[in-house]
Amino acid sequence: MSETISRYRVSTRRSAELALIAGAWLIGVFAWILVDSATGESSLGGWTSLLSAGILLLLTHAVVRWQAPYADPLLLPSVAALNMLGLAMIHRLDVAAAQRAVSNGSPMPTPDVYLQLTWMVVGLVAFMLVLSFVRDHRRLQRFTFIAGFSGIALLFFPLLPFIGNEINGARLWINILGFTFQPGELAKVALTIFFAGFLVSRRHSLALVHNKILGVGIPRAKDVGPLFLVWLAALLVLILERDLGTSLLLFGLFIVMLYVATGRRSWVLIGAVLLSVGGALAYRAFGHVRVRFDVWLDPFADANGAGFQIVQSLYGFANGGIFGTGWGQGYPQLVPFAKTDFITSALGEELGLMGLIAILLLFAIVVERGARAAVATRDPFGNLLAIGLTTVVGLQTFIVVGGVTRLVPLTGLTTPFLSYGGSSLVANYIIIAILIRISNAARAPEVSDAELVLRQDGTSDD
Amino acid sequence: MIRQINRVTSVIVLLLLALIINLSYIQVFKAGDLRSQAGNQRVTLTEYSRERGPILLGSQAIVESTPTTDALKYLREYADGSTYASITGFYSMVYGATGIESEANSVLAGNDSRFFVDRLQQLFANREPKGGAIRLTIDPDAQAAAVKSLNGRTGAVVAIDPVTGAILALASSPSFDPNLLSSHDAQNIQDTYEELNADPKQPMLNRPLAMTLPPGSTFKLVTAAAALESGNYSAESTLPGPAQINLPGTDVQLGNWTGKACGAGDSTTLQGALEISCNTAFAWLGMELGADAISEQAKKFGFESEFDVPMTAAISRFPTDLNKPQTAMSAIGQFDVRATALQMAMVAAGIANDGVVMKPYLISQVLGPDLTVLQNTNPSAFGRAMSVENSKILRSMMVGVVAKGTASNARISGVSVGGKTGTAENTPGEPAHAWFVGLAPSEQSRIAVAVVLQNGGGATEVSGNALAAPIAAAVMRAVLKQ
Repeated sequence: MSETISRYRVSTRRSAELALIAGAWLIGVFAWILVDSATGESSLGGWTSLLSAGILLLLTHAVVRWQAPYADPLLLPSVAALNMLGLAMIHRLDVAAAQRAVSNGSPMPTPDVYLQLTWMVVGLVAFMLVLSFVRDHRRLQRFTFIAGFSGIALLFFPLLPFIGNEINGARLWINILGFTFQPGELAKVALTIFFAGFLVSRRHSLALVHNKILGVGIPRAKDVGPLFLVWLAALLVLILERDLGTSLLLFGLFIVMLYVATGRRSWVLIGAVLLSVGGALAYRAFGHVRVRFDVWLDPFADANGAGFQIVQSLYGFANGGIFGTGWGQGYPQLVPFAKTDFITSALGEELGLMGLIAILLLFAIVVERGARAAVATRDPFGNLLAIGLTTVVGLQTFIVVGGVTRLVPLTGLTTPFLSYGGSSLVANYIIIAILIRISNAARAPEVSDAELVLRQDGTSDD
Repeated sequence: MIRQINRVTSVIVLLLLALIINLSYIQVFKAGDLRSQAGNQRVTLTEYSRERGPILLGSQAIVESTPTTDALKYLREYADGSTYASITGFYSMVYGATGIESEANSVLAGNDSRFFVDRLQQLFANREPKGGAIRLTIDPDAQAAAVKSLNGRTGAVVAIDPVTGAILALASSPSFDPNLLSSHDAQNIQDTYEELNADPKQPMLNRPLAMTLPPGSTFKLVTAAAALESGNYSAESTLPGPAQINLPGTDVQLGNWTGKACGAGDSTTLQGALEISCNTAFAWLGMELGADAISEQAKKFGFESEFDVPMTAAISRFPTDLNKPQTAMSAIGQFDVRATALQMAMVAAGIANDGVVMKPYLISQVLGPDLTVLQNTNPSAFGRAMSVENSKILRSMMVGVVAKGTASNARISGVSVGGKTGTAENTPGEPAHAWFVGLAPSEQSRIAVAVVLQNGGGATEVSGNALAAPIAAAVMRAVLKQ
């Protein structure tokens, strides 16, 4: 009997999570201190902000301990570290903006870091709510079509008159009560749930092979329908909202999930063909796509015009070199949109290649841990949902970081957890909440009498 | 489904790896390229954000960085800028740096490898990085005397401590104000630069180092040294000194500047020939010694060699493949002989330092950001140009030139000054260059000096004694505190 019980004494690793979260918070605190001492600014507001961020992270940890005791211990600390680093960089850019205002004699700009901190609060509260209300991720499958409809609605929300808002040539934002919100970020969560639910129910028919061409199984024509629809939706996003990034992300996500659900590589092939066709069409039809592509090929051809952002970004990376200039000692403010799309080049300049490798490793940990949950969970919907959400984080990171480093053409997307922007932060915390829920299900021992006894004893926690 | 999930994960991790590889390429291999792009403000901003180290004369800073309130945090300021412009150079965000500002940039900017420990401390203490300092060999009184005496005329003055090679004065005239080129106003910098560049008097030309001119009769010191070193001549040796001689194989008559013979019976001594700068005697002597002997002697004084003081000086030339008439002309510093003022000062310095020519240098000390001395310049010899004995003979001959001969304006009461004037013919129709090369005191020299006024510095009557010797006297008095 004692042998049986010890089998259920699964290590929950919650203490490890707590220690790592404390570490993540300290990274942010040290970064903040370094920024202040290097720039000669000392902001009393900083301490209250950092303290509240710390308390909130502790609270979140407590909720995980309570609601998902078997959850993966690395997911939350990793994204907390990214979030804290992002906050420090936004603070650093606030300082630069303030110093610039002083030397120009222009009015003091409002710091963005406090709003970002507010969004961090909203994001973590959303995380706790999702974790508390979604006790079993399988329940999400029931909302497949609601998620689908709301996903599409969110995606095209910004096109509505009055609340829709166009910034920097892209129509991605809505204004509600004075807040701007990018509903496309939430849409990607809703659509991942929809794709998972939809593909789980259709995966057997989608996996059917009609005939083979060159050894590659080709699906039946009528099964291509869903992929074609998603392709059209992505194109619409591109045309109507001029959002290259979201368009690419959604299409890539669907292909990945289609492949995982059916196990057919032919879907990837068909997807690649559709992507090329869509890309070629967009290049011919839309000036902004053409400009993006040409700038990608040679940003220095128009270094002070269309290529300005990417050229400045590359200068930033180069200035950082291997070890970076150090917090507060570079010139990240010279890169346009340094707080949002280009936060990676700001971090690359001050933390150097070493810092960026560390940051990318944090993303790699999130991907690996997400994938681990995807593999380990016992239901196909959970498998698919987890790998879908993991893909969203990984692919988005690749698209945006690859864009600012000129590995791929630049598309407007936020860097998960790092960039300034509330919608992105909230959406990504929801993604992590769902992944943690799935990982909890994957790692939890199957419910048995023995476990019930343990739970009553209150000894399931370590 | 599990296999597919693993594959997708691998692909995403590979994509992240691709990002790291691409970042390594940008931040390591391509970084230098990107940093040097013209449109990249970061290098300038970084340089200007650091307190650049001062350039010192003794404990006095002649160049220093002062804090400002604009985006470039420090402004480079040159006290008495035009006096020292030929030494300090400028530090421009548009045109880069010149002079010591350029040559000692790694020290001044604070990224010299000698500062490694210092930089580590700064890193840990999180102090603002600060540049090191450069201390110069320049004697402010000598420099001021040189600039004041040149008084805007086109010319150059170089004074050297013969024992060490330390440069005491390095003046170029007319000069410019480096403050105007080192400001934070790019448009103003550009306008000033273009104006200076278009000026026919070439104020940005570093005349003492960059300008090579025919040294004229001052080169007779080299010919005389060659004669003494040959062992066949002494100060009393008799030389033919007619009013004019025929250059063999031509119908050209080379005459003396006085138009008269150099002594009774158309002959003179080596000493006498130098004192009155007898062209015919030195032309004859040159032909007797041969081009090779004079060329060898010139090379021993530094001709045909490159000197970095640390700015690289133009190479002074003695022509090759000379026939007899060309040898005769070269022996009196004409034809294709070309020398910088620095080179002629080195000739005087070699004679002054018992025959040993020291390498000239401007930087005496490299100092850390806290002004502790990191490196003292050790004087080093370029080589022996003549024997101790012969240098003594030549010195006393030079004293005769000043005391009894053509260089009367270089006299300083109570000091035995040695020297040699020169009035170098140039392009026909243009005024000659006025030269003076000297040393003082002759018994134990503390200064060797060369002065040149290009095309006489604008004077109508050009003579080395009238124009150049007084400047040299002023500089020597400044160094000797007379």
